Amino acid sequence: MTTSRTQSVPGVSASPVKRSPLTEALLNRRLWLGVLGWTVALVIFFPIFWMVLTGFKTEAEAIADPSLIFSPTLESYAEVQSRAGYAKFAINSVVVAFGSTLLALLIAIPAAYSMAFLPTRRTKGTLLWMLSTKMLPPVGVLVPIYLLFRDVGLLDTRTGLIIVYTLMNLPIVVWMLYTFFKDMPKDILEAGRMDGAGTLQEVIYLLLPLTLPGIASTGLLSVILSWNEAFWSLNLTSSQAAPLTAYIASFSSPEGLFWAKLSAASTMAIAPILVFGWLTQKQMVRGLTFGAVK
Amino acid sequence: MATLELKQITKSFDDTHVIKGVDLEVNDREFVVFVGPSGCGKSTLMRMIAGLESATSGDILIDGARMNEVGPADRGLAMVFQSYALYPHMTVEDNMGFSMRLAGVPKEKRREKVLEAARILQLEPLLERKPKALSGGQRQRVAIGRAIVRNPSIFLFDEPLSNLDAALRVQMRIELARLHEELDATMIYVTHDQIEAMTMADKIVVLQGGEVEQVGSPMELYHHPRNRFVAGFIGSPKMNFIDVALVSTAAEGSTIKLPGGETRQVPIDGAGLAGGTALELGVRPEHLALDEQGPMEGRIQVLERLGGQTSLYVQMDDSLLTIMADGDVAYRVNDSVRFGFSADRAHLFDAEGLSLPRLHRHPLAGLRRQDNRAPTDAVDQ
Repeated sequence: MTTSRTQSVPGVSASPVKRSPLTEALLNRRLWLGVLGWTVALVIFFPIFWMVLTGFKTEAEAIADPSLIFSPTLESYAEVQSRAGYAKFAINSVVVAFGSTLLALLIAIPAAYSMAFLPTRRTKGTLLWMLSTKMLPPVGVLVPIYLLFRDVGLLDTRTGLIIVYTLMNLPIVVWMLYTFFKDMPKDILEAGRMDGAGTLQEVIYLLLPLTLPGIASTGLLSVILSWNEAFWSLNLTSSQAAPLTAYIASFSSPEGLFWAKLSAASTMAIAPILVFGWLTQKQMVRGLTFGAVK
Repeated sequence: MATLELKQITKSFDDTHVIKGVDLEVNDREFVVFVGPSGCGKSTLMRMIAGLESATSGDILIDGARMNEVGPADRGLAMVFQSYALYPHMTVEDNMGFSMRLAGVPKEKRREKVLEAARILQLEPLLERKPKALSGGQRQRVAIGRAIVRNPSIFLFDEPLSNLDAALRVQMRIELARLHEELDATMIYVTHDQIEAMTMADKIVVLQGGEVEQVGSPMELYHHPRNRFVAGFIGSPKMNFIDVALVSTAAEGSTIKLPGGETRQVPIDGAGLAGGTALELGVRPEHLALDEQGPMEGRIQVLERLGGQTSLYVQMDDSLLTIMADGDVAYRVNDSVRFGFSADRAHLFDAEGLSLPRLHRHPLAGLRRQDNRAPTDAVDQ
């Protein structure tokens, strides 16, 4: 950076054009913030990068001294694929993640509507209570839920996972929708009511279209959380309904850790959600900052 | 036909009593304005009429039928909101046609009615636009158009002009008055701006603290305010209040002693009050006049020259009085001035703030807005 460079403007004035100290300070500030941002981003990205690389190595290379130079091979991918069908797990993940998100939205939209537009004295308390359930370690309820699932035959079913994921994400989904709905001008809904809209029409014609960015980003977050969830999927599924998280875990087996295969499997597991997140990141950011500036 | 009647309406939120028993009758085709300072309950009262808020007790009757339990859409009303409350994701046409779409009116019919309203409001070129591409005045007109297509028996306006700039406000005021003529509908209008109330109303309802202070025509409120609050609220600049003492009463009026010691007779009935009773003399700034022989004296604190008129703020004893004087007065700040008042236009208020009755009713006090129309209207018919 040549921040202190001076120039003379020909023909106009012989005095050098200098940046004011304030501009200088701002530029410096931006430079350092940029460096900091990139550093953080690289630190976060590095494990993913290394995982993708390892997936293309042989098992021997994977445990050898870390090296960037190797001949890439698809060996691990082939082996992983032959040992356990990726597609089956991937389909389970898709069904469970999107199913639980849809179900959560279906329950959370009416809940958030009533809390945002027809609040009572206990609404704030209810919201806080819902959030507090997220602070409970899931292990604490593992045994009761396991027994419950066993008795009603929900073990190792997609339905069972959808139910658990819905319950797991519901507090966050309700909270997010509540804040988006809160930002919606009440007058518009009242105008709708004057125009003859019942509650359902009010929601379908006015509330949903106007808060769509918020609902979309809430849905995306719910999909991502469900996709990445490992604790419940490992404990409640075995073969039939196991999603990708269980698939990855199956590669850290009693016979030992197979880094290359594990990495290949992990890469395949995160690839869909990575692409999905990439495509929807605009929507995501727009939703998260929705209503911040009117 | 559309009449509205409120009987002993109250509204409480938890322990706060917002409306404390309001009785009101609104006649067919009347333009009624609810006016009062913020927090007086005027918007709440309107929202109860609209059905957006339920009344805690009392009856709301529209055309004689009780409406308390009827939903907002089924009362035959339409409301224009202060924020316009247009549907941001719909075009102007869809905004105006939304109520008909909900009611299942076929598309052609909808378009026909929307076009008709758009013609009245000169919105035709804007029908395809979304609200965010409209100016404030245009949004306001769309909001009114949305009300018109519903063909309501009563229009409700909740401070509709307060988001517009001053010039546009005057224009919309005129447009609304014209609309009232054209649509021949009953209209109820909420505002805190007494000029809007004075210029548009057939009947003004002055509210304060959830209670009706006075109901009457604009000229009635101006010339015969029921109490000190109404006297101070209606009229701009505000009425001056001067402490005086009653000297004697007679058939021709009451004699009062002004600050400074001089006495004057005003045509107000003070019967039943003892001599020496402390009263307040109410005189509007336009009824105070600079006069070298005048009975009162004060010192000019501030002088506002408006060109045609000059507002003088004059300190007399403890009170600051406003005097509307000629635009060319030669006084300066700190000058001492003498002034008088027109006794015919003065008001007297007792210790409770109630006005003492005036001996003569002002000739314009019963004037209705329609009476301002030139008689050619009658010839045309």
